[in-house]
Amino acid sequence: MTMTASQKLTQIRSELRTEEAEIVNDKMIINMGPSHPATHGTVKFVLTLDGETVDDVAITIGYLHRGFEKMAEAGTWQQVLPYTDRLNYVSPLINNVGYVGAVEKLWGVEITPRAKYIRMLISELSRLTDHLTSIAAGALELGGFTPFLYAVEAREALYPLVEELTGARLTASYTRIGGLAKDLPDGYEQHMNAALAHMEGLMIKVDKLLTKNRIFYDRMMHTGVLSQEDAISSGCTGVMLRCTGVDWDLRKHQPYLAYNELDFDVIVGSRGDNYDRYLCRFEEIGQSVKMIRQIFKQLPGGPINVGDWHVCLPPKDAVYNSIEGMIAHFKLVTEGHQVPPGEAYFAVEGGNGEVGFHIVSQGNGRPYRVKVRPPCFYAMGILKKMIVGHMLADIIPTFDTLNMIGGEVDR
Amino acid sequence: MSQSLIDLLRTVKPRAILGSHSQAGDATVLVPREQLLDVMTFLRDDPRCRMDVLIDVTAVDYSEYDPALRHCVTPLDAGDSAQLPRFEVVYHLLSMPHRNRIRVKVALAEDDFHLPTMCSLWIAANWGEREAYDMFGVQFDGHPDLRRVLMYDEFVGHPLRKDFAQRGYQPLVPMPNLADYADNETYR
Repeated sequence: MTMTASQKLTQIRSELRTEEAEIVNDKMIINMGPSHPATHGTVKFVLTLDGETVDDVAITIGYLHRGFEKMAEAGTWQQVLPYTDRLNYVSPLINNVGYVGAVEKLWGVEITPRAKYIRMLISELSRLTDHLTSIAAGALELGGFTPFLYAVEAREALYPLVEELTGARLTASYTRIGGLAKDLPDGYEQHMNAALAHMEGLMIKVDKLLTKNRIFYDRMMHTGVLSQEDAISSGCTGVMLRCTGVDWDLRKHQPYLAYNELDFDVIVGSRGDNYDRYLCRFEEIGQSVKMIRQIFKQLPGGPINVGDWHVCLPPKDAVYNSIEGMIAHFKLVTEGHQVPPGEAYFAVEGGNGEVGFHIVSQGNGRPYRVKVRPPCFYAMGILKKMIVGHMLADIIPTFDTLNMIGGEVDR
Repeated sequence: MSQSLIDLLRTVKPRAILGSHSQAGDATVLVPREQLLDVMTFLRDDPRCRMDVLIDVTAVDYSEYDPALRHCVTPLDAGDSAQLPRFEVVYHLLSMPHRNRIRVKVALAEDDFHLPTMCSLWIAANWGEREAYDMFGVQFDGHPDLRRVLMYDEFVGHPLRKDFAQRGYQPLVPMPNLADYADNETYR
């Protein structure tokens, strides 16, 4: 006997009324994202909830995938640089430093001491903006609007410095293979000191508002716990790794540029929870400020670019007034940097952890392959383990302190 | 530093190393697929290596690379590098206790594009290998959850292969039903 549609519906309804069906229906499926107001970063969670407890989660990334690695294969070595700004867009300068560092490593180019120091300066400046963004957004998403405004104001004090140096607030593209786009402007140290003092004053307020705030403390403490074994095994780096008590910072333990000449501490946590990650970021802000002050004290003079015209563009008066200069400029721009065939991997300590570039060259002036190792990508791989079995509301602080940056994860 | 690690591997696993270089200071070894899991387990567990972090997994498509220059990237102990197959899967490892790194590569042909998964050794291999599969189509045998991670499931092709066009369009796909996400094993 065939049933009509309404008979079928009645039968399904009666089946659903059985006790068994009701138990199954107790699980609720909730979609969160890709654009959720309480997450900074474009990611989709489909949560299976048992009451308020997360029973299962499907994490979908890739909403910001723009094909960075494919685009990088299309241009010359220098033309990749603007794309790197768009990886981690709250600390673009660190990506610039990492990318040109990889090319210089493969090529065997040793940059000038002044360029090293300025690269460290911009790395630390970017780390400040990165950590401030994380703390600000984290506070806001837990309902703390005032500390958010203070922290964002502190970040706003720093962006004009990035703009003064590079000409852009976010899309800086400041480094060049073999050096930098331009030297520090006049009076930069005074501007920096004023901005840092302003920022430090604001961070004291943020600290007073957040760190011992009952609500904030309760929501951060013992939530989103990551064990040391999981952090190491899942490839977590940066704050995600250090919050579990692992003393590992590329600036200290595999120093690049001139970080071995600076005096700073590696901040480690002990519990691996959200509160530890928050405290680590807060303390690292202090360390970065300390480093910036040292950098200005120790800043060497001299040129910012290597003198080899096969590596760096010749100065403009040489281009316009000498045939050698013009030819060097022309060849470098049209044919690209003649990086020898081979491969290299270079990593820097980014705002969220190890930002690495694996590059393969064919020796024809163009990258054959550029692979970015985004720190957030591997942290997102362990996120499921950090939220399953815990409360729905804990996802917000956990995802905050992980500080996923869509541009970096999805490339 | 990097050379001593290669020497150690050559002494302990002589038949597992097809070629090596330490260009720009990066220790690099080429291993056959059959020995990969053995070499990786050794690298992770041996006290002289202790590669406790899998930093990255990726692949490189050498189909447009000049065969005469292939030895610059992948030198072989015996044989001609120009004859190496099209793809190389690349693992980057880091040892925090010893503060050094190694790159392990496996050369694979397009019609035989599979290798064992490293998921049993590092959690990071799960997403890293998913990305390599997504971008290059490499099959990781034994991977618990091998599906796309950056692209969507309906996407056709593997974008970082050299024969995938730089420009182009693919049709829009319907938004999957929410219940499909929760019920369907493939979305977990």
